[in-house]
Amino acid sequence: MTTIWPELELLLAKVQKPARYIGLEDGSQRPHHDQRQVGWLLVYPDAYEIGLPNQGLQILYEILNERDDALAERAYAPWTDLESLLRARRLPLFSLDTHRPAAEFDVIAFNLSAELVYTNVLNCIDLAGVPVRSAERRPEHPLIGAGGHCTYNPEPLADFLDFVVLGDGEEVVSEITEVIRDWKAGGRTEGSRQHVLRALARIPGVYVPSLYEATYDGTALVAVEPTVSDAPALIDKRTVADLADWPYPRRQLVPLTEVVHDRLNVEVFRGCTRGCRFCQAGMITRPVRERPAEQVRHMVSEGIRRTGYDEVALTSLSSADFSGIEKVVAGTIADAPNGNAVTVSLPSLRVDAFTVGIAAEIQKARRTGLTFAPEAGTWRMRQVINKLIREEDLYAAVESAYSQGWRRMKLYFLTGLPTETDDDTLGIAELGRNCVEIGRRYHKGNASVTVSVGGFVPKPFTPFQWFGQNTVAELQRKIGLLRDDLGRGKGRPSANRGVQLKWHDPKATFVEGLMSRGDRRLGPVIEQVWREGGVFQEWSELFAHDLWVKAMADHGVSIDWYVYRHRTEGEVLPWDHLSAGLHKDFLWHDWRDALAEVGLPDCRWTPCYDCGACTGYGIEHIVASATPPAGGSQGTGQDLLGGGAVPVTLLGRKPEPVVAAS
Amino acid sequence: MNPANTRVRFRFAKLGKVRFTSHRDVARLWERAVRRAGLPVALTEGFNPRAKVHFGLALPTGYESWGEYVDIDFRAAELAAADIPTLPERLTPLLPEGITVDASVAIDPRSPSLQQAVTSCTWRIEAVGLSPSEATTAADRLLAAETVTVTRQRKGHDVTDDIRPYIHTLAVLGPLPGHRPAGTSLEAELGTQPRGLRPSELLGALAGDERRLVLTGDDLLRAVANDEPILEEGLVCRTHQWVDGQGARHEPLAAPPWATRAEQRAS
Ligand code: SF4
Repeated sequence: MTTIWPELELLLAKVQKPARYIGLEDGSQRPHHDQRQVGWLLVYPDAYEIGLPNQGLQILYEILNERDDALAERAYAPWTDLESLLRARRLPLFSLDTHRPAAEFDVIAFNLSAELVYTNVLNCIDLAGVPVRSAERRPEHPLIGAGGHCTYNPEPLADFLDFVVLGDGEEVVSEITEVIRDWKAGGRTEGSRQHVLRALARIPGVYVPSLYEATYDGTALVAVEPTVSDAPALIDKRTVADLADWPYPRRQLVPLTEVVHDRLNVEVFRGCTRGCRFCQAGMITRPVRERPAEQVRHMVSEGIRRTGYDEVALTSLSSADFSGIEKVVAGTIADAPNGNAVTVSLPSLRVDAFTVGIAAEIQKARRTGLTFAPEAGTWRMRQVINKLIREEDLYAAVESAYSQGWRRMKLYFLTGLPTETDDDTLGIAELGRNCVEIGRRYHKGNASVTVSVGGFVPKPFTPFQWFGQNTVAELQRKIGLLRDDLGRGKGRPSANRGVQLKWHDPKATFVEGLMSRGDRRLGPVIEQVWREGGVFQEWSELFAHDLWVKAMADHGVSIDWYVYRHRTEGEVLPWDHLSAGLHKDFLWHDWRDALAEVGLPDCRWTPCYDCGACTGYGIEHIVASATPPAGGSQGTGQDLLGGGAVPVTLLGRKPEPVVAAS
Repeated sequence: MNPANTRVRFRFAKLGKVRFTSHRDVARLWERAVRRAGLPVALTEGFNPRAKVHFGLALPTGYESWGEYVDIDFRAAELAAADIPTLPERLTPLLPEGITVDASVAIDPRSPSLQQAVTSCTWRIEAVGLSPSEATTAADRLLAAETVTVTRQRKGHDVTDDIRPYIHTLAVLGPLPGHRPAGTSLEAELGTQPRGLRPSELLGALAGDERRLVLTGDDLLRAVANDEPILEEGLVCRTHQWVDGQGARHEPLAAPPWATRAEQRAS
């Protein structure tokens, strides 16, 4: 069988949004399948409209298809309506590009961007006709791999994944291809699966869970150790030294139907050293590697011309930190072809870097939604999380935006943070009201803000990895406090009316927490939830909290122990045999500093405090500008609103407390 | 319409996998293609200016067509009359595979909109699961009837209609070709005014009592579970849209040779 299209098309006529399944995007490829090549099926285990824009998947899709010895196609999780029809008609998971059965590929590789997709991973493996447990797979089955941020703790999925990649995938996919190519050439004989897994384990950055054994003492984890000599005791992440070598995607996929982030995306830098203590992405992607401004400008103008998009997002974890961002934004707008307006959006915009200059540049084209993320409601709380944004910074940013014509914006906060008091929580409502009042000076009754509150989930390889997550009841109570305070007759009633409160379901936060710091003993829990129908758990209409609680109980696994318990200094963590480059003692000190409300500066412009991310690999930050961006009170204790050189001060292991300028 | 604009009518085909895009998707694809071609499209006024693009009768998602139409306004001063015939070959490469632009003509902006002008469409319909003899019996029964009353959904409401007047012609063409599932190929001309009759509704009327017409996923799951004989909609293709002119009907824009289209479809 090479394509299931004739059978599939009869089903597509009967499902919602069938354009999700047809491929044909501009930029998509229909590789010719040759037995000598290694066939990769790159799967985003969520709905097409969420998965299509994923840049990591698109980058690997291009890199693999450029190789003579590899080909790559894409797949996304079929929505439940199509899944039941596929199962009724005994049809498998298929690739989008040529509609081939998934099991005809040599590798099925999942992008793991969120913990709540884990049951979808199992569902996709099963729908491919492959045994869900790696121990039951035979030589004729594809290898099941995974990459993406969640792989920094892949232990809950250890039973199901053959191999896991830590860090940047650009280089390692080629090394993996070569190993699998040799396995294929050898005929994938009986017993050869073990050999290929051991060969994969020898590639730096590749973790093969089945070659490691976890030992326990009662409930406590004692160690996760290799059982064979080929497998290293510590698996290091992969880091590409210079983004300039990887100007991908060169041909970003342009979908035929609506997706999230439907715009051109150009990654301007990877890594972040702002040091926000809750932020796993910032910690695990260090050091900072900027793309040269010329390359950014070229990728933007070329991308706009090729795709016909009228919006480009300059993506990174904190885009306003990109050296000379205002010039790049202005250049992008000036380069627009045929005088058509091009909108620039800067996701993850820091409020202390949002100046009138940037606001004015952005609003020359169409205005897009603005989101700021102060993350916490009080200065004390922001010191704990090391997001050192002063209230004035926020108000200045908000004022810049309102004065340039925006009428509404979104503010993003976390609740359930370490040491959080009710005053900290209520500070969120207060900030929201203050922003509305600033807006009213420009737009009378039309100004409003959406305050979006998420429950905090402690993540591996962050200073908060030891923190016991807030219970569902506690998060619900805190959201209740905010609802109450923003309700009628409370606070400042008129300002309250301009604040729209939204929150993330604390029950989903609980499951995310369970997966984030879980260990191998959660495998059977995930499998049971999947078998009982719990798929698409990211989607509130399908989220099945009760299935999780029941599966935990059925397997005698304690929610308290896994989610709500504070970890101790000496405790073995399930990801201790993996490395994101960060020294564990650096993280521990930073955790103690957090509890002492001590901030830590940004090491791009202040001396290195040896977190380990650069030193261990002999790589460095690549930053074009020697001066910090505008704003940036971050950790330096100085008012840098105009930008300017940072006086160099040597910091010891324990940084000085940051004094609030306010 | 603004006298500074020229309205151009395009005829295009929508064939193959791309037929699963929605009417809205196709509108966005056209806007993007026109922008990529750098054509001087006229924009609407206001905060979020959009290209002035007017589509004809919506084609249901999943159906193919040999003859779709779209009218687009351009800034007249920047679009030379000689350029208009070159637009199909400029736009086709910028549209997804399966959408082919076949003709373009400047039209009088005062001419009636496509939705008002088109009075009937001809369809090729694959009735999967229905044998040619069953189909012939059912078609004869329908054509002989004075009235055919059905209840169907319109804008979320059940309405009861006599659909017989909408069936202008109905012919059984024969069995589906070998590479297709077993079934029958039909051709029907169906009226579009005032409420129109959809090919799926025609199939419903043809299905009779022996076979269950399966249109939704739930229908299919039920039929598979009960092992019932089913009738499914296979490929459905709008081959013509007709405007009733004085005496003779014609298409909004002349058709390219059918041979080309039929070849494309078979590939
Ligand atoms: S090793 Fe030093 S310079 Fe590199 S990210 Fe860590 S603290 Fe910053």
